[in-house]
Amino acid sequence: MAKKKTIRTIPQERTPMREQEPRARAKNFEEVACGYDVGEALREAERCLLCPDQPCVSGCPVGIDIPGFIRKIGENNTRAAYDVIAETNLLAAVCGRVCPQETQCEEVCTVGESLEPVAIGRLERFVGDAAIREGWVNVPHIEANGFRVGIVGSGPAGMACAADMAKAGCEVTVFEAFHQPGGVLKYGIPDFRLPNGVVDAEIENLRRIGVRFECNTLVGRLFTIEQMVDELGFHAVFIGTGAGYPSMLGVPGDSLNGVLSANELLTRCNLMRARDAAFDTPIPLGKRVAVIGAGNTAMDAMRVCLRLGAEKVYCVYRRSRAECPARAEEVHHAEQEGIEFHWLTAPVAILDDGKGGVRGMRCIRMELGAPDDSGRRRPMPVAGSEFDFEADQVVYAIGTNANPIIGQTSRLKLDKRGYIATDESLATSMPGVFAGGDIVTGAATVIEAMGAGRRAARGMKAYLGLRDAARAAGGETLFGIDLGERNFVRLRAAA
Amino acid sequence: MEAARLSQFEIVAREDFSDVTYLLEVRHPLMAKAARPGQFVIVMAHERGERIPLTIADFDRSRGTITLVVQAVGKTTREMQQSCKVGSTLHAMVGPMGIPSPISGAKKVVCVGGGLGVAPIFPQARGFKEAGTYVIGVLGFRTKSLVFWEDKFRACCNELILCTDDGSAGLKGLVTEGIKRAIAKHRDIDEVVAIGPPVMMKGCAEATRPHKIKTLVSLNPIMVDGTGMCGGCRVKIGSEVKFACVDGPDFDGHLVDFDDLMTRLRRYTQVERAAAERWSANCRMKDLADPAAPAVELLELPDPFDDVKGG
Ligand SMILES: Cc1cc2nc3c(=O)[nH]c(=O)nc-3n(C[C@H](O)[C@H](O)[C@H](O)COP(=O)(O)OP(=O)(O)OC[C@H]3O[C@@H](n4cnc5c(N)ncnc54)[C@H](O)[C@@H]3O)c2cc1C
Ligand SMILES: Cc1cc2nc3c(=O)[nH]c(=O)nc-3n(C[C@H](O)[C@H](O)[C@H](O)COP(=O)(O)OP(=O)(O)OC[C@H]3O[C@@H](n4cnc5c(N)ncnc54)[C@H](O)[C@@H]3O)c2cc1C
Ligand code: SF4
Ligand code: SF4
Ligand code: FES
Repeated sequence: MAKKKTIRTIPQERTPMREQEPRARAKNFEEVACGYDVGEALREAERCLLCPDQPCVSGCPVGIDIPGFIRKIGENNTRAAYDVIAETNLLAAVCGRVCPQETQCEEVCTVGESLEPVAIGRLERFVGDAAIREGWVNVPHIEANGFRVGIVGSGPAGMACAADMAKAGCEVTVFEAFHQPGGVLKYGIPDFRLPNGVVDAEIENLRRIGVRFECNTLVGRLFTIEQMVDELGFHAVFIGTGAGYPSMLGVPGDSLNGVLSANELLTRCNLMRARDAAFDTPIPLGKRVAVIGAGNTAMDAMRVCLRLGAEKVYCVYRRSRAECPARAEEVHHAEQEGIEFHWLTAPVAILDDGKGGVRGMRCIRMELGAPDDSGRRRPMPVAGSEFDFEADQVVYAIGTNANPIIGQTSRLKLDKRGYIATDESLATSMPGVFAGGDIVTGAATVIEAMGAGRRAARGMKAYLGLRDAARAAGGETLFGIDLGERNFVRLRAAA
Repeated sequence: MEAARLSQFEIVAREDFSDVTYLLEVRHPLMAKAARPGQFVIVMAHERGERIPLTIADFDRSRGTITLVVQAVGKTTREMQQSCKVGSTLHAMVGPMGIPSPISGAKKVVCVGGGLGVAPIFPQARGFKEAGTYVIGVLGFRTKSLVFWEDKFRACCNELILCTDDGSAGLKGLVTEGIKRAIAKHRDIDEVVAIGPPVMMKGCAEATRPHKIKTLVSLNPIMVDGTGMCGGCRVKIGSEVKFACVDGPDFDGHLVDFDDLMTRLRRYTQVERAAAERWSANCRMKDLADPAAPAVELLELPDPFDDVKGG
């Protein structure tokens, strides 16, 4: 019988994760963080106080039973830990790597009040990696119910919705425009942070529970959302097409060769494997690269350029480090690798080399003024502080707008900014059609997109009149019938 | 739905128009149903290939196929010239992409195609014809031996003006000559639609500008995804930046910044040239090793900006 743990009896220091040495890793695409081994995981699990009130769970957008799975790790039963996570999150190996834990689960961890919080993400990754290595997958007993569900987009939102609907017994087909599924996990986030193999393994798990993937399918153009419902026999549709449509700065020099969006750079590198000579897609190789922005996308673009052989990589961001929206760990890693950060600096123009390429950039210094709508202090230019520096490549990572294709080709109601309008249950203006992830909220996080996919799945099940096990257990019932369910007749008709 | 899955992007027919231009007919019933004039596809020849955009030059709903006409200009298109045989499959083909060309209520139009634009102008000419429009076709080729689809165009054009650089067939001169002639003869042209290399489209826009005739051009910047996600295909239209893959590919020719487009098309010229040279060197090596292999034609790498008509 274990003795009761207290903040004083647990290991005081957070268990460090082994990492590739910065100078070595800045030249390769191998993963930076190597993951915990069993001993390290056991030690870190020991730091969790298994708090009865579980504040960490409310910090996780999908509400993983965090003390539950950490307890199982502590009992050295990784398989059972996986079962706990798999109940709510099918992408443990992904989320453990890319969640901004410091603002989610770990931010509210009790241990974090006096020490470094429990490394929840790293433990989750440990379990996810073990599952992939051992080939664990929880294939529930699925009874087909005759409903067909179409999912548009194979990013985390689409995957999560697909998993839940497949588990509920629906025949699920995921349509993806690219030639490979995975969304941003595949084309955006580079291998040194999230190897494509990990994403493929998670997708394979979806296939094992019966989800079908149809790549090379541009929904809206090959067939419309309306046609999916009216002609192709889908009883419900989920749209998770992500954001996209990168913003351009709108400064002189925007269209010079050598100026490109982070999305283009990352897609060429990650999905098209342009860095490998055996693949045909070309990629620009800047020697001095300036990346504008300081979110996760910007960090990824900078670190990719470094690995492609750039001598100097600058980060140009108009706010200060405190406002930088990237995961803390990525900023730290980028600094270690030698990225030069220029906080409180805004681009004014991109300078032409006279041959259509980039010679440098003109920037202006900023200072922080009064808080703006977002609550962050608004950066204001300092008059007369312009300065030039040399660069031959400029990468924009300043955010994205809504992808227009579905809007152009359907009657779905959009919001003012062009994103798909939904209600609380993520239902759109068309009956049976749901939407979630970046195409509803604008660019967000992997786990939020997954959470949205699952929420939409709940809405979809209610719409189809399917029993939602989780809900039936907790929700109000009358003679065992879930009061949240609608459309009983449809269920019978289809069964 | 089965149709999408069953499409293995099989090449069901092929025709060679010249030593650099070839036609591929690819099976994809769902796409044949969805395609409209002016749209394009993105193709990957093999798993490690590049994603290249190609205009849908024709679609046949009853055969369930779409037709692509490709000009071999670089590594990918030359490699496809060798590997794409009847019965073989493409690794990927996605589309139809882009906003379909508006087949407006115009009474009289001029449809101009030059170089790699001859094939893609065809569905538009046919679309106009079917809508009851008086269609004047203007086609440009370098020389008589490169002429193709003359009969197809004759069938859907009320008038056809053929232009060749050397005068070996039709009018001697660039397509702009043909346009001038059409304008001189018909005072009531509502619209000109031009597809071809950027210099040619620029020339067409300049030819119609003084007459204030609405002129639509189909832009062909370098693309990656074709879904509005990367911004690589951005073009300058008047004071605005647009993404050709989702906002186009058709734009008002009088507003397009063609010089910007041409500069941006040269983005990867060096790398592309090197890749093509490496590739043909490789093919030669293979020939030496395997005497039975068919000889690879060692074409001079054409510069797509020399090779154009018009301007
Ligand atoms: C470079 C980069 C780094 C990031 N790093 C992090 C991180 O570290 N941590 C984190 O939590 N979040 C990160 N994010 C954000 C996170 O990846 C996204 O919020 C999340 O992927 C959104 O998921 P989604 O399912 O809504 O869309 P996406 O992942 O964008 O997937 C949408 C999919 O739909 C497809 N599609 C689009 N239109 C169509 C159509 N018409 N028909 C068929 N398919 C279509 C697209 O090709 C794509 O595959 C990062 C984002 C980027 C770009
Ligand atoms: C919307 C659209 C529709 C198109 N339709 C057709 C078509 O129907 N038939 C056809 O043959 N081609 C078409 N193209 C052009 C075709 O995509 C390119 O020729 C192809 O990508 C070249 O690939 P490559 O590897 O063979 O040559 P690369 O090695 O990539 O290029 C070789 C040379 O061609 C030039 N080039 C590259 N891309 C283009 C381009 N987009 N336009 C003009 N020149 C280019 C390069 O600058 C280089 O000098 C279209 C392009 C777009 C954007
Ligand atoms: S999914 Fe993300 S937020 Fe939730 S527990 Fe895991 S790391 Fe934390
Ligand atoms: S809040 Fe921290 S210590 Fe408490 S249960 Fe959650 S992870 Fe463990
Ligand atoms: S090709 Fe990527 S946005 Fe148009």
